[in-house]
Amino acid sequence: MADSGSEEIAVIGNTDLTPSESENNLKNTMVEKGTNLLKRMEINVAEAEKRTGKNAVNMQETYTVYLIETRPVDAASEGTNPVPDSLWRRYSEFELLRNYLLVAYPFVVVPPLPEKRAEFVWHKLTADNMDPDFVERRRVGLENFLLRVASHQVLSNDKIFYSFLTEENGWKETVFETGFQAKADSRLKALNATFRVKNPDKRFADMKHYGDELQSVISQLLRVRARAADRLYGVYKVHGNYGRVFSEWSAIEKEMGDGLQSAGHHMDAYAASVDDILEEEEHYADQLKEYLFYADAVRAVCRKHELTQFELEMAAQDLTSKKQQREELATGTVRTFSLKGMTSKLFGQETPEQREAKLKMLETQIEEGEELVKERNTECDEYVKSAWVDIERFKEQKDHDLREALISYAIMQISMCKKGIQVWNNAKECFSKM
Amino acid sequence: MSLGTPRSLASSGQKNIQDIRHPLCAAEESASSRSADALIHPGSGAATGGGGGEKDLSLPNGTPVETSSPASSSSLLNRLQLDDDLDGETRDLFVTVDDPKKHVSTMETYITYRVCTKTTRTEFDLPEYSVRRRYQDFDWLRNKLEESQPTHLIPPLPEKFVMKGVVDRFSEEFVDTRRKALDKFLKRVADHPVLSFNEHFNAFLLAKDLNKRQGLALLTKMGESVKYVTGGYKLRGRPIEFAAMGDYLDMFTQKLGTIDRIAQRIIKEQSEFLMELREYGPVYSSWSSFEEELHDPLEGVSGCVSNCSSALDELTEDMSEEFLPVLREYVLYIESMKTVLKKRDQVQAEYETKLEAVVFREDKKTPVPTDVEKCQDRVECFNADLKADWDRWQNNKRQDFRQLLTGMADKNIQYYEKCLAAWESLIPSLQDKQEARDETN
Repeated sequence: MADSGSEEIAVIGNTDLTPSESENNLKNTMVEKGTNLLKRMEINVAEAEKRTGKNAVNMQETYTVYLIETRPVDAASEGTNPVPDSLWRRYSEFELLRNYLLVAYPFVVVPPLPEKRAEFVWHKLTADNMDPDFVERRRVGLENFLLRVASHQVLSNDKIFYSFLTEENGWKETVFETGFQAKADSRLKALNATFRVKNPDKRFADMKHYGDELQSVISQLLRVRARAADRLYGVYKVHGNYGRVFSEWSAIEKEMGDGLQSAGHHMDAYAASVDDILEEEEHYADQLKEYLFYADAVRAVCRKHELTQFELEMAAQDLTSKKQQREELATGTVRTFSLKGMTSKLFGQETPEQREAKLKMLETQIEEGEELVKERNTECDEYVKSAWVDIERFKEQKDHDLREALISYAIMQISMCKKGIQVWNNAKECFSKM
Repeated sequence: MSLGTPRSLASSGQKNIQDIRHPLCAAEESASSRSADALIHPGSGAATGGGGGEKDLSLPNGTPVETSSPASSSSLLNRLQLDDDLDGETRDLFVTVDDPKKHVSTMETYITYRVCTKTTRTEFDLPEYSVRRRYQDFDWLRNKLEESQPTHLIPPLPEKFVMKGVVDRFSEEFVDTRRKALDKFLKRVADHPVLSFNEHFNAFLLAKDLNKRQGLALLTKMGESVKYVTGGYKLRGRPIEFAAMGDYLDMFTQKLGTIDRIAQRIIKEQSEFLMELREYGPVYSSWSSFEEELHDPLEGVSGCVSNCSSALDELTEDMSEEFLPVLREYVLYIESMKTVLKKRDQVQAEYETKLEAVVFREDKKTPVPTDVEKCQDRVECFNADLKADWDRWQNNKRQDFRQLLTGMADKNIQYYEKCLAAWESLIPSLQDKQEARDETN
């Protein structure tokens, strides 16, 4: 199955793409079916199963595994339809994969996983991770994750990702061998640290702000939607009571009886219809949740920029101060107050030899410093370039996906209204025959 | 069950009631005119603005009061179809209640309603009348009807007492609900073959000033004025059909109570849903404020949700103001019917007791046989009246509930239709942009 694409382009942990290489990779902006892995391979998460086993602390646990099926695209189109290759993965392995990708490709807005625990639930929906509906929605979310990664110009070529899809055993070890864990810890630390950047790229600052706002508004939307779903459920279900009372009432009526009885059945049908309606709406909620989590990924990319910018500024600052020290030492003037200066004034000047040694050391440091600044500058520039390309890609994807989500939401509402009209028309017909 | 003297009671209850023709019973009368009047005879009160020549002391909020409930095309059809049930009987008396107005005097503040009458009856000098009446006057009328027609079911009035401070007696909502109930009351009386000829009813419709003292000469159609004493006569056995009526009324009351509770619960849930929607819509709006491409779609969704909110608000209001009051008024109607049944029981009990006294005791205290005969007559007439009223009531009930429930279905349909229109109009605007974008790519 392994062929041309994976060897040539960026692999584990390689963020040192030259500008030209990045540009080469990121020429195409639309990501759907056009890029790399997804062109060659069909991927889907077909099933979910419960397993029990011993965990790391030797305790029995129950968990769910998901079946990942892969199949070369060509074979399917030839009509031979071979049996797909498949392997089982559990949620924690998906998490491991994603954490690896975050470290390996900090300039990429890495697609998010479906939520670990059910949140924004309305009362009928359970927060139980073993609940079949939750598992099913998670299966869909995991498949979506894989498809997004597989269609990303940069991510899809990653070896670790490829072996995630194709090698069941030993994959975990391979990931840890990359040594990404150490980087992961420092990454997290850096993300949460507070530091002040003097000259951040405005676009990134704006994008970070956008990410914050997006996260806030989608959270609010999901919260209110869940409450509204609860209420809607109540409205529909109470109508079921009409079904019962009409039935009882019809028993004491003569001519009115039949009409009442059948109308009652329609009221029961109306009450029952809300389950399907709300299940469909959960799908919409899942689409919103994906972008809620995407907002976090965006923020991470912007923060990384701040970090690289900050490191550059620190290096530059350090260089400047070293240069200043050299100047002072060379000319003997003390322009800035320093303890050294005071002590040397108090306790006498240094010997010329000492000064010479110091100067030499400073020169070396300055040389090194200049190299560092140059390095960091390049790093910063390259990061800005590649990150911004991915952010632009993300923006287009977001606009497209959310628009689609709104359209399907509107279609859902239309379907719900049509069902309502039909049920009430049926009931009305029964009433008119009373 | 009758024990001692079955034969003596034969004529009062065991005879097939259908065979006893009520002297004034017209041919099958099943009409429920109500607001159908307003539709067939536009002049009789629908959509009048300022009413009579009086200066308008309109309701607190200053708006002219709408006098007839707007009918959607489908409910219009329903009412017209009901009129086909008339079986060729021509109604010759049409009454409507509309145009509520507030009157403020030094002593009190109260509402009057215009009562319009159109008729071809010869008892009336003119074909049309218009008078103003207040609730008190309706109450007077009802009492008079109960007094003078004790064997008949008198339709109920809306509740007399209203807790001040809890309900605003002058709010548009309350006044309109009451007006509708008063209108229904008069229409039911007008449709009744006996009650509609009652002289008090006549006076109510015509007299400029209702002389509520007993000045009017009483000429009852039944002959002598009958006084019914509800004095401790014990009823031996209620004929099955009247017992069945009682049972039915009890069960029916129960069902109505349940339906009332369900309707209230639905209104409550819908109101809470509405509250959430009112928060939900604006979130899309605030989202759109920091989006570019998605700005219009998000605004569109916000607008849709807002439209649905308004539609839901209307539905809830309609159910509150039109469905629940009618349901509750039926409970009053049932109470009236139960009262009549009780009176009937009393009349029968009196007859039985007196009959017993005659049959089993031969002393001076025995009442004159003619007295017993009169009692027997009373029982028979009462039973006949009651039976006829019961049939009419059942028929009216059937039509009333058909109309009520169909109306409920209609309101829900209208709600969904409004929402459907809103969402359907959004789709093209969402998709158009999509196509335009795809083209530029």
